[in-house]
Amino acid sequence: MNIVDVAIIDYGVGNLHSVLNACKQFTQNVVITEDPLVIQSARSIILPGVGSFGAGVEGLAVRGLTQTVIDFAKSGKPVLGICLGAQLLLSKGFEFGEWDGLGLIPGKVVRFPEGKTPRLPHIGWNALYGFSMQDGSLLASIEEGADVYFVHSYTLVPDDKANIVATARYGDVEFAAVIRKGAIWGCQFHPEKSSNVGIHIIKNFINLSTA
Amino acid sequence: MEHVRIIPRLDIKGPNVVKGVHAEGLHIVGSPKEMAQAYYKGGADELLYLDIVASLYQRSFDFDLLSSVADSVFIPLTVGGGIRSINDITNALHAGADKVAINTYGVAHPEFLAEAVKKFGAQCIVVFIEAKRTATGTWEVYTDGGREKTGVDVLEWVKKISDIGVGEILISSIDQDGTRKGYDHALTKAVIDISSVPVIAHGGAGTKESVLKVIQECGVFAVSCATVFHYQDFSIQDLKTFLQEHAISVRL
Repeated sequence: MNIVDVAIIDYGVGNLHSVLNACKQFTQNVVITEDPLVIQSARSIILPGVGSFGAGVEGLAVRGLTQTVIDFAKSGKPVLGICLGAQLLLSKGFEFGEWDGLGLIPGKVVRFPEGKTPRLPHIGWNALYGFSMQDGSLLASIEEGADVYFVHSYTLVPDDKANIVATARYGDVEFAAVIRKGAIWGCQFHPEKSSNVGIHIIKNFINLSTA
Repeated sequence: MEHVRIIPRLDIKGPNVVKGVHAEGLHIVGSPKEMAQAYYKGGADELLYLDIVASLYQRSFDFDLLSSVADSVFIPLTVGGGIRSINDITNALHAGADKVAINTYGVAHPEFLAEAVKKFGAQCIVVFIEAKRTATGTWEVYTDGGREKTGVDVLEWVKKISDIGVGEILISSIDQDGTRKGYDHALTKAVIDISSVPVIAHGGAGTKESVLKVIQECGVFAVSCATVFHYQDFSIQDLKTFLQEHAISVRL
C-alpha cells in the first residue's frame, strides 16, 4: 500500500477540499480518507474541522476512527488538528451538551466568556502573538503579529499552559491559537484559509511529517 | 478594534460572473475562476460565491465549477444559491466551501436552518437576506435572486434567525444593489441593532467614502462589494489603504 505524506481524515464534518488544496501546494502524496489502514500507515494526519463538538465526536465514532486517531497520535507521528479538529484533541467539550474528546492533550473546550468579547462567533482575521517556541515548529519563520483567519465560538483551554504555543485576542479575551504536545499540534484558526501565512504553516507541518 | 473584512461578491450565472442593478439587467463581467483568483491575490479577506439563479429554477448547484474556483483560493469562501438540504451543504463543503449562505429555502423552512446549525456548527451557516424597502418604510424579505416577495418583515426574520443561532447575517439591499449610491444605512443599522451575530452589509458601494461611512455609522463587521471591484473603480488594496488612513482596522 502507498504510504501517504498526509492523510486528511474524513469524519463527515470538515471543509476537506480546502485542506487538501492547501496540502497539494507542497505534496501530491495526500489523500482524504476514512480508511483506518491508510491512516495508520500515513506519515502524518490532519483532523480538519467545521462543525460542532458533538458532531465531530460522533463523526469519528460512527466510522470507528476514534481509537485509530488516538493510536496514531501516541505513535509520535505528527498530528494537526484544525479548528474543531484541534478542539477534539482535548479531553472535554461543552457545545450542545458535555462530550468526551480524544484526550490527547489534557484540557477542555469552553465558550468565550459572556460579555467579554464583541459578537460571537469570532469570525475574521486576527493576529498571532505570544509564541513560546518557533524553531522546528509549526510557526517556523512566521512573525508575531501575522494575521490568520478564525471562525469559532469556543476556545481551547489546555490544563497545562505549557501546551499553548501561540495566542490571539478577541475583545478582552486572550485565548490559545496554537496548542502543542510533542508532535500533536492544534490550530484554532484555519491555516488553509489564512492566505500566505496559513499556507506557510501547512508547509511547516508537511516538513515535520517528511523530515 | 477588530479588522473589518472586505468581501468581494461574485454572482454566478451558468459559467459566468454577472452583475446587474437592483438584482436585474445582468451583464457578464468575467470568469469565476479568474476573478476569484484576482481578488484572492488582491487582498480580499473572504469571497462570496452566489449562484443567483440556482434557487429560482430549482436547479442543482454546479459543484464542479465551485471546485475549480476553490482549488487555488486560500481565503474563506462562502457559497450560496439553491442550498436546500444537509446533503447540499456537505457537497458544498466537499467542493471547497467553508461556509454556506442560505436564503430562499431557509425562509420557507426555518427548521432547516436549526438542523444545519446543529450539524455543521453556527459558524458555518450564513443567512443571506435580500431586503427591499416597502411603501411604509419597513423592509420585506425577497428570495430567488431578488425576484420573489415573501411578505416576511426583515427585522422579524432577523429576530427569528438570531434565536435559531445562525453564525452570520449577510444583509443585501436590493434598492441599493448595483447603484453605487451608498449602502442602506437605516436597514444596516436596524439589522445590527436587533441581531446578536456578525453582520455583513451589501448593496450600494460606490465611492471609497461610501464604504467608510457604512463602517463608521453602522458598525458593520464586514462589507461586501461587487460593482466597484468588478468594474475596477478602485482595487481592494486602494480601499483598505483608504480605510486605514481613516482609522479603520483592516488586514493589509
